[in-house]
Amino acid sequence: MALLEVKNLTKMFGGLRAVGNVTFHVNEGEIVGLIGPNGSGKTTIFNCINQYYTLTSGDIFFEGKSLKGLKTHVICHMGIGRTFQVVKPLSRMTVLDNVTASAFCRVGSIKEAQGEALRILEFSDLMDQKDKLAKSLPIGKRKRLEIARALATKPKLILLDETAAGLTPSELDAAIELIKKMRDSGITVLIVEHIMKVIMSISDRIHAINFGQTIAEGTPHEVANNPAVIEAYLGEAYAQC
Amino acid sequence: MEKKHIPYIILGLLAVAFPFLVTSDYYLHLVIITLMWVVIGSAWNLLAGYTGQVSFGHAMFFGIGAYTAGIFVTKLEISAWWGMAFGGIVAMLIGLFVGWVCFRLRGPYFALATLAGGEIFRLIATNWESLTDGMVGILTIQTFRSKLPYYYMALALAFMCIVVIHLIMKSKWGYYFVSIREDQDAAESLGINTTLYKNISLLVSSFFTGMAGAFYMNYMGFIDPHVVFSLHYISIMAILVGIVGGVATIMGPAVGAFIMVGLQETFRSAFFGLAPSWTSEAHALVFGLLVIFVILFLPNGVVGDWLKIKRNVFRVRASSERY
Ligand SMILES: Nc1ncnc2c1ncn2[C@@H]1O[C@H](COP(=O)(O)OP(=O)(O)O)[C@@H](O)[C@H]1O
Ligand SMILES: [Mg+2]
Repeated sequence: MALLEVKNLTKMFGGLRAVGNVTFHVNEGEIVGLIGPNGSGKTTIFNCINQYYTLTSGDIFFEGKSLKGLKTHVICHMGIGRTFQVVKPLSRMTVLDNVTASAFCRVGSIKEAQGEALRILEFSDLMDQKDKLAKSLPIGKRKRLEIARALATKPKLILLDETAAGLTPSELDAAIELIKKMRDSGITVLIVEHIMKVIMSISDRIHAINFGQTIAEGTPHEVANNPAVIEAYLGEAYAQC
Repeated sequence: MEKKHIPYIILGLLAVAFPFLVTSDYYLHLVIITLMWVVIGSAWNLLAGYTGQVSFGHAMFFGIGAYTAGIFVTKLEISAWWGMAFGGIVAMLIGLFVGWVCFRLRGPYFALATLAGGEIFRLIATNWESLTDGMVGILTIQTFRSKLPYYYMALALAFMCIVVIHLIMKSKWGYYFVSIREDQDAAESLGINTTLYKNISLLVSSFFTGMAGAFYMNYMGFIDPHVVFSLHYISIMAILVGIVGGVATIMGPAVGAFIMVGLQETFRSAFFGLAPSWTSEAHALVFGLLVIFVILFLPNGVVGDWLKIKRNVFRVRASSERY
């Protein structure tokens, strides 16, 4: 049984079909990439998985249990952490407090929560920022804080939504290292990323969509050579280079 | 004992000794009312300042607390002191209902609903004459003729309220409240049941406000719907106490209560009889100007912007020394 199974997922916004009949799964321990041009429905899929949106049809299973109709905070407690593409820092809280608030997901006392938060800040290399207000961080650090916060909820599966966008080359390498470190610590990763260097180098499998529909799936090598993908996605990316 | 605790200890000793230092009943009365406002302001601040759910209707909880205590005496012939405890509890039950209705919706609904709620309860208290005696109000005989017991009661209530809120803000609840204020979607995705914790904040807030209302009934011995359910004198005043003192700070509402009650009394008494009597009519205007001033120059209130105030005062002093 796969850790996460998305079955015939459809999400309509009025007459707009943002996601149409998408099916894929993520096995435990994998890093799976979800790619597609802007507006193809990747963030919408994430929002359906953690039930921020209600599904129009289809279903999503986590460890065999349907997520349909559950509350977003319940999904977090079940073990799915997420980051937001448009970062949502708890602005007027310190970095440490941001992560401590998240750590309360698994522990009750402030001492344990803070201890866990410090461990996560160390792990995600944010220790030197811990006393700064979240709103004062530059974008690269904010993206990292998104990840740290999600990690503090001790997820089995983490959903990363363009956490590498806008990073400098050295930050990018650090981000790749962090994602690998996460996987090595036993967390399964579903990642949305535009930057080919990241997605191709870390994914075990890739699922490509366009206009809300699956156009290809397979190993990074297979997907990168798929004509539909090249046309829809890489074509656009190469054209930009 | 640490050095930073010393000012609080001095403050505490002064507060306990106050009735013996200042024996005037008039000033004792003002401080009792101020301490009551410390409770209401702190309670409002927990919900609005820390949790981000701005209430325009705290008179609802205050009035319900006051009427619970009053009705206990007049209808049930139970000591109004029982009403103190039950005033908080009944206000909390109303809070539960308000939260259940409003917190499913986001945005300004809560603010609007509390505004409406305060007015609805004022109308109920005015018209349900068999229970509340309507516009006539409720008159009871005070337990004590001296103000001293009331002073210590108000002091204990204010102290308890501040300590409880301080402890809450240092716990998981506190972290959750502030997270909800900062970003509800992020909070929810971090495993926080935002609806539940908004309700918890509202319950604690309405409980303390109801207690303050019940205390008012006991202390004043008289209430009517226009006083205890007043939008102007209670709901708006609670907001002013919060923002002037400093929202989302523990001591802000306490400082705000002293400033606001002081100002209100200065105007009510037309500058203690020194100014022409029409100045007492000007207080709404002055309060309005005060809010504008605070929002422009001290957006975090007197306590939140204390460093800024100190810096400016010292700069003024330093420059006047130079010349
Ligand atoms: N809340 C919403 N309401 C209406 N349309 C939306 C909403 N969210 C996303 N969409 C639309 O759904 C489509 C997919 O968006 P999104 O999932 O954000 O794409 P991606 O993350 O792949 O760039 C877009 O056309 C977008 O405009
Ligand atoms: Mg997106």
